[in-house]
Amino acid sequence: MDLLSNLILGFATAASPWNLFFCFIGVILGTLIGVLPGIGATATIAMLLPITFQLEPVSSLIMLAGIYYGAQYGGSTTAILINMPGESSSAVTAIDGYQMARKGRAGAALAIAAIGSFFAGTVSTFLVAVFAPPLTAVALKFGSAEYFSLMIVGLVSSIALAHGSVVKALGMVVLGLLLGLVGTDIYTGTPRFNLGILELSDGLNFVALAVGVFGIAEILRNLENEHDRDVMIKKVTNLLPTREDWKEMAAPILRGTAIGSALGILPGGGAILASFASYTVEKRISKTPGEFGKGAIAGVAGPESANNAGAQTSFIPMLTLGIPANPVMALMIGAMIIQGIVPGPNVATEQPALFWGIIASMWIGNLMLILLNLPLIGLWVKLLTIPYYMLFPAIIAFCSIGVYSVNSNVFDLYAVAFFGFIGYGLAKLRCEPAPLLLGFVLGPLLEEHLRRAMIMSRGDPTTFLTRPISLTLLLLAVAVLVVVLLPSIRKKRDEVFVED
Amino acid sequence: MKSLSFSSRDLICGVLFILVGLFFAIQAYGLELGTAFRMGPGYFPLVLAGMLVLLGIVVIIQGTQVEHEPMGPIAWRGILFILPAPIFFGLTVRGLGFVPSLFLTALLAAFASTKMRPGTALLLVGGLTLFSVIVFSYALGLPFRRFGPWLGQ
Repeated sequence: MDLLSNLILGFATAASPWNLFFCFIGVILGTLIGVLPGIGATATIAMLLPITFQLEPVSSLIMLAGIYYGAQYGGSTTAILINMPGESSSAVTAIDGYQMARKGRAGAALAIAAIGSFFAGTVSTFLVAVFAPPLTAVALKFGSAEYFSLMIVGLVSSIALAHGSVVKALGMVVLGLLLGLVGTDIYTGTPRFNLGILELSDGLNFVALAVGVFGIAEILRNLENEHDRDVMIKKVTNLLPTREDWKEMAAPILRGTAIGSALGILPGGGAILASFASYTVEKRISKTPGEFGKGAIAGVAGPESANNAGAQTSFIPMLTLGIPANPVMALMIGAMIIQGIVPGPNVATEQPALFWGIIASMWIGNLMLILLNLPLIGLWVKLLTIPYYMLFPAIIAFCSIGVYSVNSNVFDLYAVAFFGFIGYGLAKLRCEPAPLLLGFVLGPLLEEHLRRAMIMSRGDPTTFLTRPISLTLLLLAVAVLVVVLLPSIRKKRDEVFVED
Repeated sequence: MKSLSFSSRDLICGVLFILVGLFFAIQAYGLELGTAFRMGPGYFPLVLAGMLVLLGIVVIIQGTQVEHEPMGPIAWRGILFILPAPIFFGLTVRGLGFVPSLFLTALLAAFASTKMRPGTALLLVGGLTLFSVIVFSYALGLPFRRFGPWLGQ
C-alpha cells in the first residue's frame, strides 16, 4: 500500500537522531513561547527562520512545525493557570479552564487539554497523510487561472478571520500585495517601487517584514502598560482525570477534532477559528449549557482538541499547493524558499522524504509533547513567574541576530526597525498584520499567475470563469466575502472575538 | 443627522491607505502599463493601488458612523529604546564585532521597560550575550567576527 510505504519513509526520516533532536527542540521552544504570554508562535518562527538556514531542509521544517503545534499545547497551560491566553488560539480555553483551576482542578484541566490535543494531533496527522497525496494530484492539474483563484480564496479567508473592520483587513491584504511587488518585475526585469535603494532591488526582505510587524510591534504593544502577572496556582497536583472526567471529555474531544480538522484545511483557517467554533458547538449541544463559563470540562476538551487539529491540518494546503493558510504557514513557505525548495505540488514527488518526514514528525512531536508536558508542568508554572521585562531584551537580541544572519546585510536590520514602527502604528489603527503578511507572500505569485493566465487566454478575462475549478474557487471566495459582510453574521463574529 | 464627526483612528488609517495607494499609483503610472492581454510591470500594481485608495475612502466614511474609542496609551519609551536597537546592531556588528555589539544592543533595548533596574539589566544582558555567543557563534557556527576591527583586533 502506497500510504504505508510513504509513512514508513516518513517515520524513517523523522526518527533519525538528528531530526528527533530538532523535533524535540521545536516542541520545547514551542511550549515555552506558548506558555509565555506576549510572545507568539508567529514571531518566534519569524525570528528563528534565518537560523534554520544553517540546517538541513527537513530538520529545519520539522523544528518550525514543532514550534507551531507545541505553542498550542503551551498556550493552554497559561490559559488554565492564569486566565490569560498564552496563544490567541487558547483564548477560549481560559474561560472554563481557569474556572476549573479555581475549583482546585487545575491538574485535571491541564491533563484534559493535553489528552485532547494528543488525540486530535494523532487523528489530524493521519488525515494529512491520507488527504495530502490526492490533493497533490489535483494540484498538478492546476493552471495559472486555478492558482490565481485559489490565492484569491486564501486572501479572502484571511480577511474573514481578521478581527474588527473587514474593510481595513481588505486594505491590509492590498497593502501586503503591493509591498510584495516592490523590487524588480520578473517578466521584464524593470525595477519598480524601489525608491532608488539598491538593497530593495530584490524586493523587501520577508524575514525583516515578519519580524518587524509581528515581533517588534508585539513587544511595543506589551510595553504600553506593564503589569505583573499573578500566578494563583503555585503547585499543580492530581493530574490524572477521574473516570467521570473521561466520560465527559470523550465526545467533545471527538467533535473538536472533527471541527478543527475541517476548519484547518480551509485556506485562512487554522487553530484560532477552530477553537472558537468548537466552543460554540459544545455550548449549544450541551445538556447543561449553564455549566459553561463555570468550569465545564467540555469547554476545555473541545476547543483544545480543535485548535491542535486545526494547527495540523493547516499544513495540507501548504504542503500540497504551496498556499499558506495562515501567517505561520506563510513563514514555513518562506523557510522552504530560503532552503531552495519551490513550495507546491511537486514537493511530494520530488522530495518525498521531506514531505513525509514532516508529516511523521508531527505525530512524534505530539507524543513528545504529552510525555514531556505533564511531568514538566512545574517548570512551566515557574516560567510564568518571570516578569516580561526580563524577556523582551532577549527577543530583541535574537531578532537582530536572526535577521542579520539571513544574508549578512545590515539593511535588513534597518528594515526591521522600520516595519516594527509600521506594525505598531497599524496595530494602533486596529489593522491586523496577518492579512498583510499573507498578501506580501502571495503578491508576486498572484501577479505572475494573473499575467500568465491572461496571456494564455489571449487577454480574455472570462478564462477565470470558464474553467470549472477556477470558477468553483472564485464562487467560494465570493461566498466567504458575502458571509463576512452579512450584518447578522458580522454581529456574531464580533461577539465571538470579543471574548478574545 | 447629527453633526459629522470623524473617528481619529479611522481618519488616520484611511488617509494612510490613500497616501500609500497614491504613491504606488504614481510610481506605477511611470512604468509600462501594457494591456490586459500582455500586462506590463505597472498594470497589476496600478489596479491594486486604485483599490487601496478606494478602501481608504471607505474606511474614512465608515469612521463617521461608529462610536469612537480612544487610541489608548502609546509606548513612547518602547519606541525610543526598542526601535533603535536593531539599527544600532546593524551599525556596529561589523565594526565592533558580534559580542560587544550584541551586548550594547540588548542593553539599549532593556531600558525600554520602566521596571528595569541598571544592575538587573547588566546581569541579564551579560547572561544573554554569553548564551548567544555559545549558541549562535560556537554551536551554530554563524560567520560573525566576535570582536571587530574597531577594537584593534
